[in-house]
Amino acid sequence: MPKNESCPACHRVIAHDVLEKYLMVCPECGFHHRLNAPERIVQITDPNSFIEFSGELCSRNPIELDGYTEKLLQCRQKASMNEAVVTGTCSIENQEAVLAVMSFDFMGGSMGSVVGEKITQAMFEGALTRTPVIIFTASGGARMQEGIFSLMQMAKTASAAALLEKTGVPLFIVLTHPTTGGVTASFAMLGDVIIAEPGALIGFAGPRVIEGTIGQTLPEGFQRAEFQLKKGFVDAIVPRDRLRSQLAFLMRTHKEQQYAEN
Amino acid sequence: MQRTDDHQLQESFSRLEQFASSDPRAKERSSWECVLLSRQQGRPGASTYIDLICDEFMELHGDRTYGDDPAMIGGIGTIGDRAITFIGNRKGMNLRENIERNYGMSNPEGYRKALRLAKQAEKFNRPVVCFIDTPGAFPGLGAEERGIGEAIARNLKEFSTLKVPVLSFIIGEGGSGGALGIGVGDKLYMLENAVYSVITPEGFASILLRDPSRAQEAAEAMKMTAHDLKRFNIIHDIIPEVPEGAHKDPKFTAMAIKETIIRDLDNLCTKSAATLVRYRIRKIRGIGNYEGTEAWWTTLMEVFKSTSDLK
Repeated sequence: MPKNESCPACHRVIAHDVLEKYLMVCPECGFHHRLNAPERIVQITDPNSFIEFSGELCSRNPIELDGYTEKLLQCRQKASMNEAVVTGTCSIENQEAVLAVMSFDFMGGSMGSVVGEKITQAMFEGALTRTPVIIFTASGGARMQEGIFSLMQMAKTASAAALLEKTGVPLFIVLTHPTTGGVTASFAMLGDVIIAEPGALIGFAGPRVIEGTIGQTLPEGFQRAEFQLKKGFVDAIVPRDRLRSQLAFLMRTHKEQQYAEN
Repeated sequence: MQRTDDHQLQESFSRLEQFASSDPRAKERSSWECVLLSRQQGRPGASTYIDLICDEFMELHGDRTYGDDPAMIGGIGTIGDRAITFIGNRKGMNLRENIERNYGMSNPEGYRKALRLAKQAEKFNRPVVCFIDTPGAFPGLGAEERGIGEAIARNLKEFSTLKVPVLSFIIGEGGSGGALGIGVGDKLYMLENAVYSVITPEGFASILLRDPSRAQEAAEAMKMTAHDLKRFNIIHDIIPEVPEGAHKDPKFTAMAIKETIIRDLDNLCTKSAATLVRYRIRKIRGIGNYEGTEAWWTTLMEVFKSTSDLK
């Protein structure tokens, strides 16, 4: 049975397979629908080139919070993924890369011990194999259910980025909708090049929290990718149909002979 | 005869219990009591401790980019003949000061000032001591416009590889990324009644328990006290306060902090920069609780080897 999707921005109803042909971007208004990790990997990588690693890592319940174990189990079944990030090696236009893709549909893409660990492992894999690291972010922030352990993943991923930088291997970040909280305030803002998808919400505090602080509604477009570009916090906004070629361009211009000299 | 003994024993037990319950130190405070105490107006803050610990102190202002954040203070202090860079969140001691200091909630320029001073310390081979006491980074318009996320991220990265010893003390509220922004270092300590968490109990209650009035319950569930974090091996040790809390006798706590600083710096200042940074990253790298392979040690050593300065 053909599935239809209604565009949240222009409300046009479009058949799902048509939308898929357009990389899940509304052909009418250009709205970028959210992708989960498997969809993203298919769009970005060369066919059959993606090889997952660390896929076996599973969260525990470190602060013994009521209901968290059950919630994790539910999410694993619903999202058919172990956790909110998928990591692996791949090629993009025939160039090797280490790829990490976050998935907002797994507990809001929140970063707990496993997400922090997999991001760290991905960066170290890139460092040791001297392969560029590409991370797609999509996250509501730290995973509160893991208490202080989730906060510490910010320090862990940021220190991994510091080490990666010392090895001279490039880190490319693609910020997708939404990227907020502890992910913004750690590895997401530490790329050598930071790309954003059009319209993506990117910020530290959530819009509702800020509205609560200032007691008024936020201006149109606040914390969107275009706003962050204007404020100087992202290098470029790249629409989905050019993302693959732009990443390939970055990889071509950061070849080993060019960055081994440091 | 037997009966009298039992009776006497019983009596002395109940006297002992009575005595124990009248001494606040004899029972551990609940998480919520710690939350309230850590936020209590008049609890000694970074400035109080800096004044009590240092022989001399000179405050340094500004991030050299945008402005000076009154919610974050820093400068150079001396203990004996050792110069130390101090950085700290700064709450007010009363309402007027709190408004001026934005309740200890920093804007990006606060974190950038902290980083500037840490880099300055690195240049002149001075150790860094941070005092953490903030509900969190400021969730305002200007903070977002000027990149509060980027400012904190950069601090986490730069502090993790700073080439001088960094000691952090959570002296009151350790609120989320705003606290962590000056909280990455070689050693992390908490005062007995301080708290440290990924979100405030109020935030946790409204998001996960869907009821902001259940903050007290949230505080217990989040495991945010010094004792919890010691058990989790997140902090190195707990700094004592007098039974009523640090506000009753700031000097007592200040001296305990001072002893810790002297002891740690005597040890850490003898280490090479590479050793220091390797140990620091190793500690951070190891934090996490998950199922699956945890054999990360060899990989980390390989990564160190592939850098130019941490071999």
